Amino acid sequence: MSEPLLTLTGAATSYGQSQVLWDIDMAVPAGGAVALIGRNGVGKTTLLKTIIGAQRLTAGRMTFQGRDVSALGPHQRARAGIGYVPQGRHIFPHLTVRENLETGLSALAGRGGGAMKAGVPDHIFDLFPKLAQIINRKGGVLSGGEQQQLAIGRALAGQPSLLLLDEPTEGIQPSVVQQIEDALRRIRADLGVTVLIVEQYLDFAWSFADSYRVMQRGRIIRAGSTREETAAEVAHLVNI
Amino acid sequence: MGEWPLIAGQIFNGFSVASLYVLAALGLALSFGLMRVINMAHGEMLMLGGYLAYLTLQVVPGPLGILAAMPVAFLGAAAVGAVLETTLIKRLSARPLDTLLATWGVSLILQQAARNIFGAIGVDVRAPQWLNHAYTVQSGLLEGLTIPATRLFILAVAFAVMGALSLLLARTRIGLLVRAVNQDRGMAAAAGINVRAVDLSVFCLGTGIAGLAGVVLALLGPVTPNVGQSYVVPAFLVVVLGGLGSLKGTAIASLIVGLFSALVQILVDVSLAQVLLLLFVIGFIQFRPQGVVAVRSRALDA
Repeated sequence: MSEPLLTLTGAATSYGQSQVLWDIDMAVPAGGAVALIGRNGVGKTTLLKTIIGAQRLTAGRMTFQGRDVSALGPHQRARAGIGYVPQGRHIFPHLTVRENLETGLSALAGRGGGAMKAGVPDHIFDLFPKLAQIINRKGGVLSGGEQQQLAIGRALAGQPSLLLLDEPTEGIQPSVVQQIEDALRRIRADLGVTVLIVEQYLDFAWSFADSYRVMQRGRIIRAGSTREETAAEVAHLVNI
Repeated sequence: MGEWPLIAGQIFNGFSVASLYVLAALGLALSFGLMRVINMAHGEMLMLGGYLAYLTLQVVPGPLGILAAMPVAFLGAAAVGAVLETTLIKRLSARPLDTLLATWGVSLILQQAARNIFGAIGVDVRAPQWLNHAYTVQSGLLEGLTIPATRLFILAVAFAVMGALSLLLARTRIGLLVRAVNQDRGMAAAAGINVRAVDLSVFCLGTGIAGLAGVVLALLGPVTPNVGQSYVVPAFLVVVLGGLGSLKGTAIASLIVGLFSALVQILVDVSLAQVLLLLFVIGFIQFRPQGVVAVRSRALDA
Protein backbone atom coordinates (compact mmCIF):
# COMPACT_ATOMS: atom_id res chain seq x y z
CA MET A 1 0.00 0.00 0.00
CA SER A 2 1.26 3.44 -0.89
CA GLU A 3 2.16 6.00 1.73
CA PRO A 4 -0.79 7.99 3.11
CA LEU A 5 -1.19 11.59 1.93
CA LEU A 6 -1.72 12.87 5.47
CA THR A 7 -0.79 11.35 8.79
CA LEU A 8 -1.27 12.56 12.32
CA THR A 9 0.59 10.76 15.08
CA GLY A 10 -0.20 11.41 18.73
CA ALA A 11 -1.43 14.87 17.80
CA ALA A 12 -2.72 17.18 20.53
CA THR A 13 -3.60 20.84 20.76
CA SER A 14 -4.94 23.34 23.30
CA TYR A 15 -6.71 26.65 23.43
CA GLY A 16 -4.59 28.44 25.98
CA GLN A 17 -4.54 26.30 29.11
CA SER A 18 -7.31 23.94 28.12
CA GLN A 19 -6.43 20.96 26.00
CA VAL A 20 -8.99 20.21 23.31
CA LEU A 21 -7.46 17.37 21.28
CA TRP A 22 -5.77 14.29 22.69
CA ASP A 23 -3.62 11.70 21.03
CA ILE A 24 -5.03 11.84 17.51
CA ASP A 25 -3.75 9.12 15.19
CA MET A 26 -5.05 9.29 11.69
CA ALA A 27 -3.94 8.43 8.17
CA VAL A 28 -5.73 9.71 5.10
CA PRO A 29 -4.84 7.65 2.01
CA ALA A 30 -4.16 9.49 -1.25
CA GLY A 31 -7.31 9.57 -3.36
CA GLY A 32 -9.49 8.59 -0.43
CA ALA A 33 -12.29 10.37 1.36
CA VAL A 34 -12.61 10.32 5.14
CA ALA A 35 -15.68 11.53 7.00
CA LEU A 36 -15.17 13.02 10.43
CA ILE A 37 -18.31 12.67 12.49
CA GLY A 38 -19.40 13.36 16.04
CA ARG A 39 -21.57 15.61 18.12
CA ASN A 40 -21.11 19.35 18.34
CA GLY A 41 -18.12 20.55 20.29
CA VAL A 42 -16.12 17.32 20.24
CA GLY A 43 -13.20 18.86 18.37
CA LYS A 44 -13.90 18.16 14.68
CA THR A 45 -13.39 21.76 13.61
CA THR A 46 -10.37 22.07 15.88
CA LEU A 47 -8.86 19.01 14.22
CA LEU A 48 -9.23 20.62 10.80
CA LYS A 49 -7.72 23.85 12.14
CA THR A 50 -4.81 21.86 13.48
CA ILE A 51 -4.27 20.24 10.11
CA ILE A 52 -4.18 23.60 8.32
CA GLY A 53 -1.82 24.99 10.95
CA ALA A 54 -4.13 27.59 12.46
CA GLN A 55 -3.85 25.62 15.71
CA ARG A 56 -0.36 24.64 16.81
CA LEU A 57 0.39 21.06 17.75
CA THR A 58 1.26 20.82 21.42
CA ALA A 59 2.26 17.19 21.02
CA GLY A 60 2.69 14.69 18.23
CA ARG A 61 3.48 15.28 14.59
CA MET A 62 1.90 15.64 11.22
CA THR A 63 3.18 14.59 7.83
CA PHE A 64 1.86 15.58 4.44
CA GLN A 65 3.06 13.86 1.26
CA GLY A 66 5.66 12.10 3.37
CA ARG A 67 7.12 15.34 4.73
CA ASP A 68 6.95 16.48 8.35
CA VAL A 69 4.96 19.70 8.22
CA SER A 70 4.36 20.07 11.97
CA ALA A 71 6.36 23.29 12.15
CA LEU A 72 4.89 24.95 9.07
CA GLY A 73 2.48 27.90 9.28
CA PRO A 74 -0.93 27.98 7.59
CA HIS A 75 0.13 29.62 4.34
CA GLN A 76 3.00 27.17 3.92
CA ARG A 77 0.65 24.22 4.40
CA ALA A 78 -1.78 25.73 1.90
CA ARG A 79 1.11 26.03 -0.55
CA ALA A 80 2.05 22.41 0.12
CA GLY A 81 -1.42 21.47 -1.16
CA ILE A 82 -3.89 21.57 1.72
CA GLY A 83 -7.10 23.36 0.75
CA TYR A 84 -9.58 24.47 3.41
CA VAL A 85 -13.29 25.23 3.27
CA PRO A 86 -14.13 26.44 6.77
CA GLN A 87 -17.38 26.24 8.65
CA GLY A 88 -19.29 29.44 8.06
CA ARG A 89 -17.50 29.72 4.70
CA HIS A 90 -15.41 32.79 5.57
CA ILE A 91 -15.81 34.49 2.22
CA PHE A 92 -13.98 37.82 2.00
CA PRO A 93 -17.10 40.01 2.14
CA HIS A 94 -15.75 43.10 0.39
CA LEU A 95 -14.00 41.23 -2.40
CA THR A 96 -15.82 40.24 -5.58
CA VAL A 97 -16.33 36.59 -6.49
CA ARG A 98 -13.43 36.85 -8.94
CA GLU A 99 -11.16 38.41 -6.32
CA ASN A 100 -12.15 35.80 -3.75
CA LEU A 101 -11.18 33.07 -6.21
CA GLU A 102 -7.93 34.88 -6.98
CA THR A 103 -6.90 34.88 -3.34
CA GLY A 104 -6.91 31.09 -3.60
CA LEU A 105 -4.21 31.28 -6.28
CA SER A 106 -1.79 32.32 -3.53
CA ALA A 107 -1.46 28.66 -2.60
CA LEU A 108 0.25 28.11 -5.97
CA ALA A 109 3.19 30.32 -5.00
CA GLY A 110 6.46 28.50 -5.41
CA ARG A 111 4.93 25.61 -7.38
CA GLY A 112 6.17 26.98 -10.69
CA GLY A 113 4.80 26.22 -14.13
CA GLY A 114 3.12 29.63 -14.34
CA ALA A 115 0.05 28.18 -12.62
CA MET A 116 -0.54 31.40 -10.73
CA LYS A 117 -0.32 33.53 -13.87
CA ALA A 118 -2.81 31.28 -15.64
CA GLY A 119 -5.48 32.58 -13.29
CA VAL A 120 -8.54 30.85 -11.91
CA PRO A 121 -8.82 27.40 -13.56
CA ASP A 122 -11.85 26.84 -15.82
CA HIS A 123 -12.85 23.62 -14.13
CA ILE A 124 -14.04 25.64 -11.14
CA PHE A 125 -16.66 27.27 -13.34
CA ASP A 126 -17.56 23.87 -14.80
CA LEU A 127 -18.23 22.66 -11.27
CA PHE A 128 -20.04 25.82 -10.23
CA PRO A 129 -21.48 27.58 -13.32
CA LYS A 130 -23.28 29.96 -10.97
CA LEU A 131 -19.97 31.56 -9.99
CA ALA A 132 -19.37 32.68 -13.56
CA GLN A 133 -22.72 34.48 -13.56
CA ILE A 134 -22.01 36.41 -10.35
CA ILE A 135 -18.30 36.94 -10.97
CA ASN A 136 -18.35 40.67 -10.20
CA ARG A 137 -20.58 40.63 -7.14
CA LYS A 138 -19.22 41.20 -3.66
CA GLY A 139 -18.86 38.08 -1.52
CA GLY A 140 -20.82 39.62 1.34
CA VAL A 141 -24.07 39.94 -0.63
CA LEU A 142 -24.21 36.34 -1.88
CA SER A 143 -26.63 33.72 -0.59
CA GLY A 144 -25.33 30.97 1.68
CA GLY A 145 -25.30 28.46 -1.16
CA GLU A 146 -23.42 30.81 -3.46
CA GLN A 147 -20.91 31.55 -0.73
CA GLN A 148 -20.35 27.86 -0.14
CA GLN A 149 -19.70 27.26 -3.83
CA LEU A 150 -17.31 30.20 -3.79
CA ALA A 151 -15.53 28.90 -0.69
CA ILE A 152 -14.99 25.52 -2.36
CA GLY A 153 -13.95 27.23 -5.60
CA ARG A 154 -11.45 29.39 -3.74
CA ALA A 155 -9.88 26.32 -2.16
CA LEU A 156 -9.74 24.55 -5.53
CA ALA A 157 -8.03 27.57 -7.15
CA GLY A 158 -4.95 26.58 -5.17
CA GLN A 159 -5.05 23.11 -6.81
CA PRO A 160 -4.88 21.24 -3.51
CA SER A 161 -4.17 17.54 -3.26
CA LEU A 162 -6.10 17.42 0.02
CA LEU A 163 -9.34 19.28 0.56
CA LEU A 164 -10.68 19.84 4.08
CA LEU A 165 -14.39 20.58 4.26
CA ASP A 166 -16.15 21.64 7.44
CA GLU A 167 -19.88 20.89 7.18
CA PRO A 168 -20.19 22.12 3.61
CA THR A 169 -23.98 21.82 3.44
CA GLU A 170 -24.79 23.25 6.87
CA GLY A 171 -27.37 26.01 6.65
CA ILE A 172 -27.66 25.76 2.87
CA GLN A 173 -31.08 25.66 1.25
CA PRO A 174 -32.06 22.11 0.20
CA SER A 175 -32.14 22.82 -3.55
CA VAL A 176 -28.47 23.83 -3.44
CA VAL A 177 -27.35 21.04 -1.12
CA GLN A 178 -27.70 18.53 -3.94
CA GLN A 179 -25.59 20.68 -6.28
CA ILE A 180 -22.84 20.97 -3.71
CA GLU A 181 -22.86 17.25 -2.98
CA ASP A 182 -22.65 16.49 -6.70
CA ALA A 183 -19.77 18.91 -7.05
CA LEU A 184 -17.93 17.24 -4.18
CA ARG A 185 -18.29 13.85 -5.90
CA ARG A 186 -16.87 15.32 -9.10
CA ILE A 187 -13.99 16.87 -7.17
CA ARG A 188 -13.08 13.39 -5.98
CA ALA A 189 -13.75 11.56 -9.22
CA ASP A 190 -12.62 14.03 -11.89
CA LEU A 191 -9.95 16.04 -10.10
CA GLY A 192 -8.64 13.19 -7.96
CA VAL A 193 -8.57 15.35 -4.86
CA THR A 194 -8.36 13.57 -1.49
CA VAL A 195 -11.06 14.75 0.90
CA LEU A 196 -11.41 14.98 4.67
CA ILE A 197 -14.93 16.11 5.45
CA VAL A 198 -16.68 17.03 8.69
CA GLU A 199 -20.26 15.96 8.10
CA GLN A 200 -23.36 15.79 10.30
CA TYR A 201 -25.50 13.98 7.75
CA LEU A 202 -24.52 10.36 7.98
CA ASP A 203 -26.38 9.45 4.79
CA PHE A 204 -24.19 11.74 2.75
CA ALA A 205 -21.09 10.84 4.73
CA TRP A 206 -21.66 7.17 3.96
CA SER A 207 -22.41 7.64 0.28
CA PHE A 208 -19.45 9.96 -0.18
CA ALA A 209 -16.58 8.72 1.98
CA ASP A 210 -14.66 5.43 2.09
CA SER A 211 -13.96 5.55 5.80
CA TYR A 212 -15.12 7.37 8.89
CA ARG A 213 -13.73 8.58 12.21
CA VAL A 214 -15.98 9.25 15.17
CA MET A 215 -14.79 11.92 17.59
CA GLN A 216 -15.79 12.34 21.20
CA ARG A 217 -14.34 14.77 23.75
CA GLY A 218 -11.30 15.60 21.67
CA ARG A 219 -10.37 12.03 20.76
CA ILE A 220 -11.01 9.69 17.89
CA ILE A 221 -12.97 6.90 19.54
CA ARG A 222 -13.78 4.80 16.53
CA ALA A 223 -12.55 4.37 12.99
CA GLY A 224 -13.90 2.15 10.28
CA SER A 225 -14.94 1.64 6.71
CA THR A 226 -18.20 2.99 5.36
CA ARG A 227 -18.23 0.03 2.99
CA GLU A 228 -18.13 -2.59 5.72
CA GLU A 229 -20.40 -1.00 8.32
CA THR A 230 -23.69 0.79 7.99
CA ALA A 231 -24.38 4.28 9.22
CA ALA A 232 -26.94 2.85 11.61
CA GLU A 233 -24.21 0.92 13.42
CA VAL A 234 -22.39 4.07 14.45
CA ALA A 235 -25.35 6.43 14.67
CA HIS A 236 -25.68 5.95 18.41
CA LEU A 237 -22.21 7.48 18.88
CA VAL A 238 -23.18 10.57 16.96
CA ASN A 239 -26.80 11.31 17.69
CA ILE A 240 -27.79 12.94 20.93
CA MET B 1 -9.80 94.19 -0.86
CA GLY B 2 -12.96 92.57 0.46
CA GLU B 3 -13.52 89.51 2.54
CA TRP B 4 -13.67 87.05 -0.35
CA PRO B 5 -9.94 86.77 -0.94
CA LEU B 6 -9.45 86.19 2.78
CA ILE B 7 -12.05 83.43 2.93
CA ALA B 8 -10.83 81.86 -0.29
CA GLY B 9 -7.30 82.07 1.02
CA GLN B 10 -8.26 80.26 4.22
CA ILE B 11 -10.14 77.61 2.29
CA PHE B 12 -7.01 77.06 0.25
CA ASN B 13 -4.97 76.93 3.45
CA GLY B 14 -7.46 74.39 4.78
CA PHE B 15 -6.85 72.15 1.76
CA SER B 16 -3.15 72.67 2.10
CA VAL B 17 -3.10 71.71 5.78
CA ALA B 18 -5.42 68.80 4.98
CA SER B 19 -2.94 67.54 2.41
CA LEU B 20 -0.20 67.51 5.05
CA TYR B 21 -2.44 65.73 7.51
CA VAL B 22 -3.46 63.13 5.01
CA LEU B 23 0.17 62.37 4.17
CA ALA B 24 1.01 62.17 7.86
CA ALA B 25 -2.04 60.08 8.70
CA LEU B 26 -2.15 57.56 5.83
CA GLY B 27 0.62 55.42 7.25
CA LEU B 28 -1.05 55.33 10.65
CA ALA B 29 -4.38 54.41 9.10
CA LEU B 30 -2.77 51.68 7.00
CA SER B 31 -0.95 49.96 9.82
CA PHE B 32 -3.79 50.40 12.26
CA GLY B 33 -6.34 49.15 9.74
CA LEU B 34 -4.38 46.02 8.92
CA MET B 35 -2.48 45.15 12.06
CA ARG B 36 -4.24 47.11 14.81
CA VAL B 37 -0.85 48.60 15.58
CA ILE B 38 -0.50 52.13 16.92
CA ASN B 39 2.96 53.28 16.02
CA MET B 40 4.01 56.11 18.32
CA ALA B 41 7.22 56.50 16.33
CA HIS B 42 5.28 57.44 13.21
CA GLY B 43 6.05 61.13 13.70
CA GLU B 44 9.76 60.33 13.65
CA MET B 45 9.33 58.83 10.19
CA LEU B 46 8.25 62.32 9.10
CA MET B 47 11.31 63.73 10.82
CA LEU B 48 13.51 61.13 9.13
CA GLY B 49 12.04 62.09 5.76
CA GLY B 50 12.85 65.73 6.48
CA TYR B 51 16.47 65.01 7.37
CA LEU B 52 16.86 62.70 4.38
CA ALA B 53 15.60 65.56 2.20
CA TYR B 54 18.21 67.84 3.79
CA LEU B 55 20.96 65.30 3.12
CA THR B 56 19.81 64.63 -0.42
CA LEU B 57 19.92 68.35 -1.18
CA GLN B 58 23.53 68.41 0.03
CA VAL B 59 24.34 65.85 -2.65
CA VAL B 60 21.94 67.02 -5.35
CA PRO B 61 21.72 70.78 -4.84
CA GLY B 62 20.08 71.68 -8.15
CA PRO B 63 16.45 72.48 -8.86
CA LEU B 64 15.58 68.80 -9.03
CA GLY B 65 17.03 68.01 -5.62
CA ILE B 66 13.64 68.01 -3.97
CA LEU B 67 12.33 65.51 -6.50
CA ALA B 68 15.34 63.28 -5.86
CA ALA B 69 14.73 63.60 -2.13
CA MET B 70 11.25 62.09 -2.38
CA PRO B 71 12.20 58.54 -3.38
CA VAL B 72 15.20 58.70 -1.03
CA ALA B 73 12.99 59.67 1.92
CA PHE B 74 10.33 57.13 0.95
CA LEU B 75 12.81 54.26 0.76
CA GLY B 76 14.79 55.41 3.80
CA ALA B 77 11.73 55.65 6.03
CA ALA B 78 10.38 52.38 4.63
CA ALA B 79 13.68 50.68 5.48
CA VAL B 80 13.59 52.02 9.03
CA GLY B 81 9.97 50.88 9.17
CA ALA B 82 11.06 47.39 8.11
CA VAL B 83 13.61 47.25 10.93
CA LEU B 84 11.05 48.54 13.43
CA GLU B 85 8.44 46.02 12.29
CA THR B 86 10.67 42.96 12.26
CA THR B 87 12.57 43.68 15.47
CA LEU B 88 9.79 45.08 17.61
CA ILE B 89 6.23 45.23 16.38
CA LYS B 90 6.10 41.67 15.06
CA ARG B 91 7.21 40.36 18.43
CA LEU B 92 4.67 42.43 20.32
CA SER B 93 1.69 41.74 18.07
CA ALA B 94 -1.56 41.17 19.95
CA ARG B 95 -0.16 43.26 22.81
CA PRO B 96 -1.35 46.74 21.88
CA LEU B 97 -0.31 48.55 25.06
CA ASP B 98 3.20 47.11 24.95
CA THR B 99 3.45 48.12 21.30
CA LEU B 100 2.38 51.63 22.22
CA LEU B 101 5.00 51.88 24.93
CA ALA B 102 7.80 50.32 22.90
CA THR B 103 7.20 52.49 19.83
CA TRP B 104 7.05 55.55 22.08
CA GLY B 105 10.50 54.56 23.31
CA VAL B 106 11.69 54.26 19.73
CA SER B 107 10.26 57.70 19.09
CA LEU B 108 12.34 59.19 21.93
CA ILE B 109 15.46 57.35 20.79
CA LEU B 110 15.08 58.60 17.23
CA GLN B 111 14.51 62.18 18.39
CA GLN B 112 17.60 62.08 20.56
CA ALA B 113 19.61 60.51 17.76
CA ALA B 114 18.58 63.36 15.46
CA ARG B 115 19.55 65.87 18.16
CA ASN B 116 22.99 64.28 18.47
CA ILE B 117 23.61 64.07 14.74
CA PHE B 118 22.05 67.28 13.43
CA GLY B 119 21.81 69.42 16.58
CA ALA B 120 18.80 70.68 18.46
CA ILE B 121 18.32 73.62 16.13
CA GLY B 122 16.69 72.71 12.90
CA VAL B 123 18.25 72.41 9.47
CA ASP B 124 16.77 74.18 6.49
CA VAL B 125 15.60 72.64 3.28
CA ARG B 126 15.38 75.47 0.79
CA ALA B 127 12.62 75.17 -1.73
CA PRO B 128 14.05 75.24 -5.26
CA GLN B 129 13.55 78.30 -7.45
CA TRP B 130 10.66 76.75 -9.33
CA LEU B 131 8.69 76.44 -6.09
CA ASN B 132 9.85 79.71 -4.62
CA HIS B 133 7.17 82.00 -5.89
CA ALA B 134 3.52 82.69 -5.47
CA TYR B 135 0.54 83.21 -7.71
CA THR B 136 -1.52 86.31 -7.01
CA VAL B 137 -4.97 86.92 -8.40
CA GLN B 138 -4.79 90.30 -10.14
CA SER B 139 -8.43 91.19 -10.63
CA GLY B 140 -12.00 90.15 -10.00
CA LEU B 141 -13.71 89.00 -6.84
CA LEU B 142 -10.63 87.28 -5.46
CA GLU B 143 -8.21 90.11 -6.23
CA GLY B 144 -5.22 89.95 -3.93
CA LEU B 145 -5.51 86.22 -3.16
CA THR B 146 -1.99 84.81 -3.00
CA ILE B 147 -1.19 81.14 -3.44
CA PRO B 148 2.37 79.99 -2.76
CA ALA B 149 3.70 77.41 -5.23
CA THR B 150 5.01 75.18 -2.41
CA ARG B 151 1.47 74.79 -1.10
CA LEU B 152 0.25 73.78 -4.54
CA PHE B 153 3.12 71.32 -4.77
CA ILE B 154 2.17 69.72 -1.44
CA LEU B 155 -1.43 69.47 -2.56
CA ALA B 156 -0.30 67.76 -5.76
CA VAL B 157 1.89 65.32 -3.82
CA ALA B 158 -1.00 64.45 -1.51
CA PHE B 159 -3.33 63.80 -4.44
CA ALA B 160 -0.67 61.75 -6.21
CA VAL B 161 -0.04 59.62 -3.11
CA MET B 162 -3.76 59.07 -2.51
CA GLY B 163 -4.28 58.17 -6.15
CA ALA B 164 -1.33 55.81 -6.26
CA LEU B 165 -2.40 54.12 -3.03
CA SER B 166 -5.97 53.67 -4.25
CA LEU B 167 -4.72 52.14 -7.49
CA LEU B 168 -2.32 49.91 -5.62
CA LEU B 169 -5.06 48.60 -3.35
CA ALA B 170 -7.77 48.29 -5.98
CA ARG B 171 -5.88 47.09 -9.03
CA THR B 172 -2.79 45.13 -8.10
CA ARG B 173 -2.17 41.63 -6.85
CA ILE B 174 -0.53 42.93 -3.66
CA GLY B 175 -3.52 45.23 -3.13
CA LEU B 176 -5.84 42.25 -3.39
CA LEU B 177 -3.78 40.38 -0.82
CA VAL B 178 -3.81 43.39 1.52
CA ARG B 179 -7.59 43.64 1.28
CA ALA B 180 -8.00 39.91 1.85
CA VAL B 181 -5.76 39.93 4.92
CA ASN B 182 -7.58 42.98 6.18
CA GLN B 183 -10.96 41.29 5.93
CA ASP B 184 -10.13 37.86 7.32
CA ARG B 185 -6.59 37.26 8.47
CA GLY B 186 -7.05 33.58 9.35
CA MET B 187 -8.78 32.69 6.12
CA ALA B 188 -6.21 34.62 4.11
CA ALA B 189 -3.44 32.49 5.61
CA ALA B 190 -5.42 29.31 4.97
CA ALA B 191 -5.80 30.37 1.33
CA GLY B 192 -2.02 30.48 1.01
CA ILE B 193 -1.36 34.18 1.56
CA ASN B 194 1.81 34.97 3.49
CA VAL B 195 0.14 37.23 6.03
CA ARG B 196 3.42 38.19 7.69
CA ALA B 197 4.85 39.43 4.42
CA VAL B 198 1.70 41.45 3.74
CA ASP B 199 1.91 43.01 7.21
CA LEU B 200 5.52 43.94 6.70
CA SER B 201 4.91 45.44 3.25
CA VAL B 202 2.00 47.53 4.46
CA PHE B 203 3.90 48.78 7.49
CA CYS B 204 6.85 49.77 5.28
CA LEU B 205 4.51 51.43 2.82
CA GLY B 206 3.01 53.43 5.68
CA THR B 207 6.34 54.58 7.06
CA GLY B 208 7.53 55.30 3.52
CA ILE B 209 4.59 57.63 2.94
CA ALA B 210 5.42 59.33 6.24
CA GLY B 211 8.97 59.82 4.96
CA LEU B 212 7.55 61.41 1.84
CA ALA B 213 5.40 63.65 4.02
CA GLY B 214 8.59 64.68 5.82
CA VAL B 215 10.04 65.98 2.54
CA VAL B 216 7.11 68.26 1.82
CA LEU B 217 7.01 69.40 5.46
CA ALA B 218 10.62 70.44 5.10
CA LEU B 219 9.54 72.90 2.42
CA LEU B 220 7.42 74.76 4.95
CA GLY B 221 9.78 75.12 7.87
CA PRO B 222 13.03 73.94 9.43
CA VAL B 223 13.52 70.23 10.09
CA THR B 224 13.96 69.80 13.83
CA PRO B 225 14.29 66.66 15.98
CA ASN B 226 10.70 67.04 17.11
CA VAL B 227 9.12 68.21 13.86
CA GLY B 228 7.19 64.95 13.71
CA GLN B 229 5.52 65.55 17.04
CA SER B 230 3.63 68.59 15.85
CA TYR B 231 2.07 66.62 13.01
CA VAL B 232 1.56 63.22 14.54
CA VAL B 233 -1.01 64.44 17.08
CA PRO B 234 -3.34 65.90 14.43
CA ALA B 235 -2.61 62.77 12.37
CA PHE B 236 -3.92 60.59 15.19
CA LEU B 237 -6.91 62.90 15.46
CA VAL B 238 -7.57 62.46 11.75
CA VAL B 239 -7.31 58.68 11.95
CA VAL B 240 -9.79 58.54 14.83
CA LEU B 241 -12.17 60.99 13.18
CA GLY B 242 -11.94 59.18 9.85
CA GLY B 243 -13.03 55.82 11.18
CA LEU B 244 -10.07 53.79 12.32
CA GLY B 245 -8.24 52.28 9.41
CA SER B 246 -10.40 53.58 6.60
CA LEU B 247 -8.46 55.35 3.85
CA LYS B 248 -11.46 57.19 2.44
CA GLY B 249 -12.34 58.29 5.97
CA THR B 250 -8.76 59.43 6.54
CA ALA B 251 -8.92 61.65 3.47
CA ILE B 252 -12.29 63.12 4.37
CA ALA B 253 -11.30 63.64 8.01
CA SER B 254 -8.08 65.40 6.94
CA LEU B 255 -10.17 67.76 4.90
CA ILE B 256 -12.61 68.35 7.75
CA VAL B 257 -9.81 69.05 10.24
CA GLY B 258 -7.86 71.21 7.78
CA LEU B 259 -10.83 73.30 6.70
CA PHE B 260 -12.18 73.57 10.23
CA SER B 261 -8.97 74.96 11.67
CA ALA B 262 -8.36 77.26 8.72
CA LEU B 263 -11.86 78.74 8.69
CA VAL B 264 -12.11 79.09 12.46
CA GLN B 265 -8.85 81.03 12.34
CA ILE B 266 -10.64 83.79 10.42
CA LEU B 267 -12.63 84.50 13.56
CA VAL B 268 -10.35 83.52 16.45
CA ASP B 269 -6.62 83.17 17.08
CA VAL B 270 -4.61 80.01 16.51
CA SER B 271 -4.70 78.68 20.09
CA LEU B 272 -8.43 79.05 20.42
CA ALA B 273 -8.81 77.43 17.00
CA GLN B 274 -6.94 74.39 18.36
CA VAL B 275 -9.26 74.25 21.35
CA LEU B 276 -12.34 74.49 19.15
CA LEU B 277 -10.95 71.79 16.86
CA LEU B 278 -10.52 69.38 19.76
CA LEU B 279 -14.00 70.18 21.07
CA PHE B 280 -15.39 69.61 17.59
CA VAL B 281 -13.68 66.22 17.26
CA ILE B 282 -14.81 65.15 20.73
CA GLY B 283 -18.36 66.22 19.91
CA PHE B 284 -18.28 64.42 16.57
CA ILE B 285 -17.02 61.19 18.10
CA GLN B 286 -19.77 61.41 20.74
CA PHE B 287 -22.43 61.35 18.06
CA ARG B 288 -20.66 59.14 15.56
CA PRO B 289 -18.15 56.98 17.42
CA GLN B 290 -17.41 54.90 14.33
CA GLY B 291 -15.95 57.96 12.59
CA VAL B 292 -16.71 59.47 9.20
CA VAL B 293 -16.56 56.15 7.38
CA ALA B 294 -17.78 53.21 9.43
CA VAL B 295 -15.48 50.24 9.12
CA ARG B 296 -17.75 47.23 9.33
CA SER B 297 -15.28 44.46 8.93
CA ARG B 298 -11.74 45.61 8.98
CA ALA B 299 -12.38 47.08 5.57
CA LEU B 300 -9.51 48.96 4.09
CA ASP B 301 -11.36 49.49 0.84
CA ALA B 302 -9.84 52.60 -0.58
